[in-house]
Amino acid sequence: MAQSQRSSIRFLLNDQTVELSGFAPDLTLLDWLRLDRRLTGTKEGCAEGDCGACTVLVGRVDNGVLVYETVNACIRFVGSLDATHVVTIEHLNRPDGELSAVQQAMVDLHGSQCGFCTPGIVASLHALWLSEPQPSEADIERQLQGNLCRCTGYEPIVKAAKAAAATLPDADNDRLVARYDQTFETLAGLADGVRVTIESDRGTTYLPADLDDLAHLYEAHPDATIVAGATDVGLWVTKHLHDISPVIHISHLDALKEIMIEKEGVTLGAGVSYTAARAALVSTFPQVEELWDRIGGEQVRNMGTVGGNIANGSPIGDTPPPLIALGATVTLRKGDSRRTVRLESFFIDYGKQDRQSGEFVESIAVPSLEEDDFFAVYKISKRRDEDISALCGAFHVRLDGEGLVASARIAFGGMAGTPKRAAATEALIVGQPWSWQTVEAARAAMAEDYQPLTDWRASADYRMVSAQNLLIRFFLESCGAPVRITRHREAAEA
Amino acid sequence: MAMNQSRSKTEIKGGAHSPRQHDSAHKHVTGSADYIDDMPEPAGTLHGYLGLTDRAHARIVSLDLDAVRQAPGVVVVLTGADVPGVNDISPTGRNDEPVLATREVLFHGQPVFAVIAQTRDAARRAARLAVIEYEDLPHITDVREATAAAYPFVTDPLKLERGDIEGGLAAAPLRLKGEMRIGGQDHFYLEGHIALAIPGEDDEVTVWSSTQHPSEVQHMVAHALGTVSNAVTVHIRRMGGGFGGKETQSNQFAAIAAIAAKKLNRAVKIRPDRDDDMIITGKRHDFVVDYDVGYDESGKIHAVDAAFAARCGFSSDLSGPVTDRALFHADNCYFYQDVRLVSKPMMTNTVSNTAFRGFGGPQGMLGGERIIEEVAYALDRDPLEIRRANFYGGSGRDVTPYHQTVEDNVIGQIVDELEASSDYQARRAEIIAFNQDSPVIRRGIALTPVKFGISFTATWYNQAGALVHVYQDGSIHLNHGGTEMGQGLNTKVAQVLADEFQVDLDTIRITATTTGKVPNTSATAASSGTDLNGMAAANAAEQIKARLVAFASEKYSVPPEQVVFEPNHVRVGNELMAFGDFIKQAYLARIQLSAAGFYKTPGIHWNRETGKGRPFYYFAYGAAVSEVSVDTLTGEYQVDRVDVLHDAGRSLNPALDIGQIEGAFIQGMGWLTTEELWWDDKGRLRTHAPSTYKIPLASDRPRIFNVRLAEWSENREPTIRRSKAVGEPPFMLPISVLEALGMATASIADYRISPQLDAPATPERVLMAVERLKAMAADAPPPAAD
Repeated sequence: MAQSQRSSIRFLLNDQTVELSGFAPDLTLLDWLRLDRRLTGTKEGCAEGDCGACTVLVGRVDNGVLVYETVNACIRFVGSLDATHVVTIEHLNRPDGELSAVQQAMVDLHGSQCGFCTPGIVASLHALWLSEPQPSEADIERQLQGNLCRCTGYEPIVKAAKAAAATLPDADNDRLVARYDQTFETLAGLADGVRVTIESDRGTTYLPADLDDLAHLYEAHPDATIVAGATDVGLWVTKHLHDISPVIHISHLDALKEIMIEKEGVTLGAGVSYTAARAALVSTFPQVEELWDRIGGEQVRNMGTVGGNIANGSPIGDTPPPLIALGATVTLRKGDSRRTVRLESFFIDYGKQDRQSGEFVESIAVPSLEEDDFFAVYKISKRRDEDISALCGAFHVRLDGEGLVASARIAFGGMAGTPKRAAATEALIVGQPWSWQTVEAARAAMAEDYQPLTDWRASADYRMVSAQNLLIRFFLESCGAPVRITRHREAAEA
Repeated sequence: MAMNQSRSKTEIKGGAHSPRQHDSAHKHVTGSADYIDDMPEPAGTLHGYLGLTDRAHARIVSLDLDAVRQAPGVVVVLTGADVPGVNDISPTGRNDEPVLATREVLFHGQPVFAVIAQTRDAARRAARLAVIEYEDLPHITDVREATAAAYPFVTDPLKLERGDIEGGLAAAPLRLKGEMRIGGQDHFYLEGHIALAIPGEDDEVTVWSSTQHPSEVQHMVAHALGTVSNAVTVHIRRMGGGFGGKETQSNQFAAIAAIAAKKLNRAVKIRPDRDDDMIITGKRHDFVVDYDVGYDESGKIHAVDAAFAARCGFSSDLSGPVTDRALFHADNCYFYQDVRLVSKPMMTNTVSNTAFRGFGGPQGMLGGERIIEEVAYALDRDPLEIRRANFYGGSGRDVTPYHQTVEDNVIGQIVDELEASSDYQARRAEIIAFNQDSPVIRRGIALTPVKFGISFTATWYNQAGALVHVYQDGSIHLNHGGTEMGQGLNTKVAQVLADEFQVDLDTIRITATTTGKVPNTSATAASSGTDLNGMAAANAAEQIKARLVAFASEKYSVPPEQVVFEPNHVRVGNELMAFGDFIKQAYLARIQLSAAGFYKTPGIHWNRETGKGRPFYYFAYGAAVSEVSVDTLTGEYQVDRVDVLHDAGRSLNPALDIGQIEGAFIQGMGWLTTEELWWDDKGRLRTHAPSTYKIPLASDRPRIFNVRLAEWSENREPTIRRSKAVGEPPFMLPISVLEALGMATASIADYRISPQLDAPATPERVLMAVERLKAMAADAPPPAAD
């Protein structure tokens, strides 16, 4: 148990320091901004983290650096804001009150029509403007994946993002830059490392002091809801009105955000966000880059975690298929004891994982590929970006010295009640030459491995045919054949 | 004086035809533009939430709301029995759309009761506690099944007929038949529906409603309250998007808020969650089109017999005029010698479908373009050749199926220019060559035209009013009957007014639309906003100017023609006065500085019984070339390049018009590609939030996107400054995307089989078409002669 405790959280809202106590564990940042603080520039468009109208910036000290990231205020719980700096549209103009570079470019280039999505888009582009001096078209599109606009068709918005980049952020034109050092010191001072307990008539919020405190707290309250990024739990509240109390937040725990890159592989703490994991994973497994950039939108990637994607056991999560194909393991912790299981065996059945009461996901270890391994992951969705997979297939084939397949690991999401390996298909590949005939013969076996459902994302037929075809794509790609659509504008124009 | 003269020579800032920013742009980007949910709430405001049925079709046996009433914070629970006036909000007066369902529910998600509570959260939680006992009845969501089960029409069908269809079909050398399924579309305005009702004295109530049609909200609120229109005032400053989804669909929320407000004598606000908004409110109609076409070897179409069956939902709403407009656009730019087009507005157990940008026109036009595509593939020709062979023009070939003569046809010029500027022919040849050597990735290209009729087909809707005040200091207050939903209507009308008075645009204050200032307005719809309200505002300005001219002419003893409005000044004889100074003089001379303007579109008439008339004042034209890449292993695709040439007449604001075209294109592309409405076997809509319903993102827009206005175009009719309406027509330009996807698909069978790609062409639908063509090509090897 931590030595000292607090019963309130403290954070910065624009240029004010806020101390809050007694709030409900399911109070969202958006409701608090709009209803309590009457900061109505931030809008509610969907209340599920998809449309981006509620986008705000949240600054936090990460490894000694103050970083500002976009988040969806609609599914971000207020309890997770301790020692952060929340920045809303009302604070994004220049210190002298004039329009920011992003705002001015949006006006000049007609980037708003109805204007309802605009504050969220300005927030997203502001974050890009702060972090990327020369954004490419791909950078801009990626930044806007989590922002829907129904009026403009985005063309003037993308142009505005480019035009804004002509002005670099400085202390005269940006409030965040102007107060960067003071904000850093304030936030560092607020993070005092003690346990925070917030009691309210609608339940309890805990912020454990550290990882050990989390382990003991969760062991004592196994009925608690652990909240990392809230990109899933947020919807339990905003869409299903579930009672999630007591809540244990973990997004502030540095010990869960560790990333280790070693020769043997990459280990991610369970609290590492998709954004934070990107560089480490892509440097080790460049094949995951496209998938990684198609998980949610930027705001979701900034909040959501790989650990959460695994722990919630969704059959359509995007990270389990590639992690299973790579042979990842997951380390679970309960109190002071830990155990490590293969990721594929963690998923027992739909809605059922190999996780004991009071046990939580602590880290994920992903072994490196060998030099001549073929590995790829493909996500199929109705819309390219910010969509949930209809299916997601990952393929990992290792050849022996003779050109025969020594091992094959194929895993799919969206094809069964859990993320699942294609055992029958793999069996027809292992020991065979890596050839067209082998994959042609093996792909039929997918019908033994999977009996997919028909739903609004795809029919069972489509899931099966495209899963089988992805094996063909994987084979062709392993042979160096051109099977992908050339993507970005720069490429198209080149 | 010299300085004044030089100043007067400069142009005003923001006059007609200038590319001005949206009047609220600065407020949009700073978050200071207020939408209804952002307004300060009156003290003691209560919040409403709707209780929805979970049955697609059932009789209500019992309705137990005790738990709802006893939930924390609940003030009152309303049912249909609590509607003091008529429990009906049907915009057509057919009395087929209850405010709250009573004995029977007709679609999954239909509102049955409303909870009014201290907070929105309390109302929302309480709404889940109702216990409703039902007797389930058979339900049908699909158009074909509804037809087979002899479900009724929700409104009278329309038939358009010209020539001898039976004879024409029989005499044609070649003939084909087919079916096309066309999906619906959710509006996905970013701001959902909302209403705030504030009770007044006696039977009065003020309603802030996110609506495109304040007058109808006024009428419906009065109807439901059992009072008269003069008791109800409806305001709207701006919507966060409308697209037709707020033409009639605002009525329900406004009516319930007003009923609760009057019952409790408290302000009441209702804002559904996004999921509920998408479940409760109507969408674009899905269609099934059956066509029977006679044509010849040259590609000329002789006869078209087509039926357009629409999923209308449980009530009529606007399905009559929507399905009518589908027929009005089934010809698109093409002359059919003998033609018969019929609509089938089918009732289904789904939400009642409604207006959506294009208003049935896109579905009709898509059916017409499918016919062109089918003929082209049957003859192994570029569909563009078939299009040209059938364009309106030439003697005896300029009369539409509704017997209106096409008098302003510019489609030939537009298509010729676009074909050249987009390098269509060379690119098509290159793509065909590419496909021969590309086993997995295939490409396609298509050029499709648009001709869209402008005017409400309900002729009486083609009227508008405006109210203009000039204050003593020369500042001007503008009000008109149109509503601002992002399209820039207010900016354009203000530009017209600035032009009339020759004052800078910032002299004019744009004010919220209200039924108290301009009465009996029409919906801001049918692309008509600027055409109608711009003319009404100009009319108001003319009245005031006429009085000012008479005043100055008399006071300064100069002939009236020597009173001239120059930039920010008025020249009277040789004297140049600042506008504000001149107005002050007029005020002191007791000149009336306020006027109500009015406009009605001339020369239009329509007889629905005979199917004849001139329903449209003019046509707007455009064309697009789209190029796509398709992955034939998965059906995934990308729009590589789009070139658009569009006719906005003499554009009042080229920047805003380009914005309308780009936005409409992407929205139309979404309709035809990734936006899919999916009902399950219980009649539940399962795509009811952005997590499941996928509108285009920035990364979906064409990799290269060139949009141009036809600079040479000028409306041949005397519309406001010779401009053309631009809201809806470009929505149909992305039919070219669907046809390009079809071409990439058809490459699988060497373009010998029509791809018959239905909409929306999701990756799934594309892959299944690829698989179908593979199988057909395998069954039918190419003829030896090839």
